[in-house]
Amino acid sequence: MTFASRPSGLGVANVKSAPLEVTSETAAGLHDHLRAQVRWRLAEIAFWLATLLPFVLAPDYLVLASQVAIAALFALSLDLILGFSGIISLGHAAYFGVGAYTAGLLSVWGWGEPLTGLVIAGLAAGLFGYVTSFIVARFRHLALIMITLGIGLLLQQGANSASWLTGGFDGLQGIDTWPILQHFEFDLYGYTAYGYSLIVLFIVFLFARRLVYSPFGLALRGIRENGARMPAIGAPVYAHIRTIYTIGAMIAGIAGALLAQTTETVSLEALGFQRSADVLVMLVIGGTGRLYGGLVGAIVYVVARDRFSGLNPQYWYFWIGLLLIAVVMALPDGILGGLERLARRLRAKP
Amino acid sequence: MSALLGMLFDGVAYGMLLFLMSVGLSVTLGMMNFVNLAHCSFAMLGGYLAVTLMNGWGWPFFATLPVAFVAAAVASIVLERLFFRRFYNAGDLPQCLLTIGIVFVSIAGAAYIYGTDQQPVHLPDYLNGSIAFHGMEFAVYRLFLIATAALVTLVLAVGVEKTRFGAQVRAAVNNQRMARGLGIDVDTLFAVTFALGGGLAGLGGALAINMLGLDPSFALTYVIYVLIVVSIGGLGSIAGTFAAAMLLGIADVAGKYYIPALGSVLIYLVMLTMIMWRPTGLFGRR
Repeated sequence: MTFASRPSGLGVANVKSAPLEVTSETAAGLHDHLRAQVRWRLAEIAFWLATLLPFVLAPDYLVLASQVAIAALFALSLDLILGFSGIISLGHAAYFGVGAYTAGLLSVWGWGEPLTGLVIAGLAAGLFGYVTSFIVARFRHLALIMITLGIGLLLQQGANSASWLTGGFDGLQGIDTWPILQHFEFDLYGYTAYGYSLIVLFIVFLFARRLVYSPFGLALRGIRENGARMPAIGAPVYAHIRTIYTIGAMIAGIAGALLAQTTETVSLEALGFQRSADVLVMLVIGGTGRLYGGLVGAIVYVVARDRFSGLNPQYWYFWIGLLLIAVVMALPDGILGGLERLARRLRAKP
Repeated sequence: MSALLGMLFDGVAYGMLLFLMSVGLSVTLGMMNFVNLAHCSFAMLGGYLAVTLMNGWGWPFFATLPVAFVAAAVASIVLERLFFRRFYNAGDLPQCLLTIGIVFVSIAGAAYIYGTDQQPVHLPDYLNGSIAFHGMEFAVYRLFLIATAALVTLVLAVGVEKTRFGAQVRAAVNNQRMARGLGIDVDTLFAVTFALGGGLAGLGGALAINMLGLDPSFALTYVIYVLIVVSIGGLGSIAGTFAAAMLLGIADVAGKYYIPALGSVLIYLVMLTMIMWRPTGLFGRR
């Protein structure tokens, strides 16, 4: 029945990354192929080494760099559910906001210890994600878009109404983050902020990388490519979607908590539609379903926004809109997808 | 009692506006499964055009309405031919991204040309004021709004049920492949439907200024309401869209009237429960 109404199979199929290129017909060949995917590439190591460069080359921009790291973490969390599992979310900022407000409120209530705050915020967002995942996992297409959008808007309106708790429109006042491990004081130049955000990003990234190459990650990709066939090979589709959605929410919450702790402010804007749209744009610019897409997209997006900060935000969105149209028309797999295609073409004709 | 009736009256007027802006999206979504988040950008175009013609060129209010309709229809057919048609089989994500991009561009464009202020609208005198009836006041403009929308609904209903074009539209919504197999030119049909839907949104946008106001965020604020209407009503169902628009209009007005502290929370709750209860909408079959 699904196929009759959607001739192209399930519509999510086009978010795919490079297809599995099975080199040999045997299972051993498949295993080698999978193992080769997991291996750390030189470019990856270079990428992570390059993240240390701002400490040396641009110490004036460390605050910006920490913003990039937080945005990258947020985009990574969306990549797990959208890029790898094919669940479109227009309300992902809800989980970011829950994390940010949890960390912020903990600090306001007198517990400014950052590491435990981070964990608690991640758990709170994960719990909210787990609860909502029961709704989200049941839907596809327009209903899914509306559900995620609705959850986001509901939370934003709720936070606005509950101003006794959230500070409403003025934002949360009086956040004070204690030094990390009672030693690393948060400084004005952002040394601690960037180091902290970067370490958290890296640890979560390692976890996400392990996750997407695990059998569970492969099952998720199967669900993305064809959710109707996965039950036939014994994959519990709904349970898998609930799990990854919860994990994505948890990571988004950690990103939100990082923002709250490093900037010591939380406002309603942390869970607004704009933030959901922003993170989607970042991920799409970078390329969905390829781990580094969100990271590259966050770098491009946040740095560009900083460069053009003189621009009225309204006009900034004009260019973002044009960029979105251009990316969808010309670069459907984002920057990384485009680079991959270029590399393949260069390799094809020596 | 009279407060309740007055609230119902406002809710119905609001619902009529929502219906005008939603019905096109419902039919095109039902036909091609194309998630068009830019639908209210056409409504905004109609609204701004009406404002420009009235305030800049001194056109009478009624003359601006057909122009708003035609301009929005032309704009939507141009976008359909240029962009949208390439994405019919592309899946939800590219469709969402493309149309969000168009929303952003349209908002920035409107802000660039008109600024971010609310646009004033000057109605003819006979549309201002209100009529007293059995001790209750009815705003003339809202009566006019309800009458206009009811007329459009009637024309739509007859058009869809009785004409050859309507039969083709129903066939294409019901089963696009089968309709193609019977020799119906679904692509042209869709383009025409898309233009009609965009035009109705433009008309709705022009009519909405006096009740909802008009500023560049219109395209984003109301597309959410329109999407709620469409997903509650059921894709491709005109009757469903009408029922959902009424439900939403009345619920929103009532919510803001009785529990103002909740704001729009009520609407989102209504939507979430409705979708969970009937994922395909009130009158949807898929």
